[in-house]
Amino acid sequence: MFCCGLYGFLTRRNMIAMLVSLELMLNAVDMNFVIFNRFLFPGAMEGMMFTLFAIGIAAAETALAIAIIINIFRSVHNIDVRELNQMKF
Amino acid sequence: MKQEIGLLVIFLLVFLYDTFMPKNSLKALPVVTTLLMVVFTALGFGICYGGNTSAVAAFGGMYETSAVVTAIKNILNIGVIIVLIQSIRWANGELMIMRRGEFYELLLVTLFGMYLMISARHFLLFVIGLECASLPLAAMVAFDKNRYESHEAAVKYILTAVFSSAIFMMGLSFVYACAGSLYFDKIYNALYGEHTAMLVLALAFVISGVGFKLSLVPFHLWTADVYQGAPTSVTSYLSVISKGATAFAFLVILAQVFGSIYSQVWEWMLYALIILTITVGNLFAIRQRNMKRFLAFSSISQAGYIMLGIIAYNTMGVAAMMYYILVYIFSNLAAFGVIGAIENATGKISMDDYRGLYKTNPRLSFAMMLAMFSLAGIPPFAGFFSKFFIFTAAVGQGSVAIYVLVLIALINTIVSLYYYLLVVKAMFISDDECTIARFRSAFSERLGMWIAVAGIIFLGLLSPVYDYLLDLTADSSLLAYFIR
Repeated sequence: MFCCGLYGFLTRRNMIAMLVSLELMLNAVDMNFVIFNRFLFPGAMEGMMFTLFAIGIAAAETALAIAIIINIFRSVHNIDVRELNQMKF
Repeated sequence: MKQEIGLLVIFLLVFLYDTFMPKNSLKALPVVTTLLMVVFTALGFGICYGGNTSAVAAFGGMYETSAVVTAIKNILNIGVIIVLIQSIRWANGELMIMRRGEFYELLLVTLFGMYLMISARHFLLFVIGLECASLPLAAMVAFDKNRYESHEAAVKYILTAVFSSAIFMMGLSFVYACAGSLYFDKIYNALYGEHTAMLVLALAFVISGVGFKLSLVPFHLWTADVYQGAPTSVTSYLSVISKGATAFAFLVILAQVFGSIYSQVWEWMLYALIILTITVGNLFAIRQRNMKRFLAFSSISQAGYIMLGIIAYNTMGVAAMMYYILVYIFSNLAAFGVIGAIENATGKISMDDYRGLYKTNPRLSFAMMLAMFSLAGIPPFAGFFSKFFIFTAAVGQGSVAIYVLVLIALINTIVSLYYYLLVVKAMFISDDECTIARFRSAFSERLGMWIAVAGIIFLGLLSPVYDYLLDLTADSSLLAYFIR
């Protein structure tokens, strides 16, 4: 799942699709924590707690990214990252 | 805990002031925020000198503060004050009237995140601090709503920030699988002397995750674009405060969590990262014409030098690193102060515009020259001493590999001298007519530059600062793990 997200992030050229791929990566992290907690260390809840916070953080990240993408869309009417190349060396 | 609470109080005061004060008194908001920060920093120094220096823990050991941590927070505070002073004119500009308060609130929140990040002793709190420090910064980068570059920079910043934190948290999940806990000290004990493939993978993920935030070289591609696109005040904040805080937090993680597997796992990773960072940062800086991009690449290579303090793996390395961060704050902010002043007055940020600046604005070019000399490490100024101490600390580690590393870093210092002097040459020696007319910068900008320049000159001459930091680190519980 993490690799799916990674692949999507690196190949997709639409910003929303990139964001979806990022979410996939973050969810993979959450799954990882929950599974490790459940099967390796069932005595404590640390991994589960971490997952709860990670979900919240991921939501905040998405909200902010969406806001910025909307701003971009308003100014250039396009969300293809190939078009965002005014600054380069 | 006192510093975090103090910062929250300031945040609330600024927020209330911004929300409830009448419209015409809002113009004083930047000054009020700066004054509050000055008082807060003075109190912070009070804690540092007068209060008890033993470690204090909170949240069941998730949070811990000690004398060293307080000192690094004070160093960051000094930088924040200079940034605030330099941004007063920009914040009172026409475009900013509606959003002035938000800038200061977001800035204080990111500083709070960095505090958490530095004194976290549990990865949950660390991740919260990291996000708290990087997400509002994305909003700050996007602050110039009317400039397209600002949006482009913001989207690049937020995507890389989320990407890097995903990678970082993936690494954490592997660390969790190896150690069974997220408390720093428990991981340290669980991993003692271990060397498995999973651990190497976890370390690679964690280091690349933090490397993104710190813009170490394979992960540096966002830096130049973001620095160029962001408003100059935000760029200076991003390049000094954010970088300094992340560097120190990186040190804390590597020392306290992975200190027990130093030579087995991450020593060689860091060697490679440092060599790449210093070299590539320097080589790319040579060909930049835009001053902000130029300083972006210079700050990448400076991050490589800061990393030398971690690889040194001794208490002197930590003191040298804190001193380096302090000096770097002053020198970089002097450079950004000049750039910001010129940009505010004329809108020009290309190095070609700086030709012959000495003839029209001698004082600005003098401040810029001092900043460049300090960044390059020319003897009487502070930059020389910080580089000297950090190299000495690194050599103190003693292996052959570290001698090679320090040699490479030294050669790179010479390379960096070339491009820093390019700026000085453009300002002083070039015969061309300067395109920047003579202007008088605002009082706030001059004040910011005076503080930064005074820091550059006096930090080099006053040895007590470094001695003080060395004393702090020598009897610190933070570094108990460093003793081999």
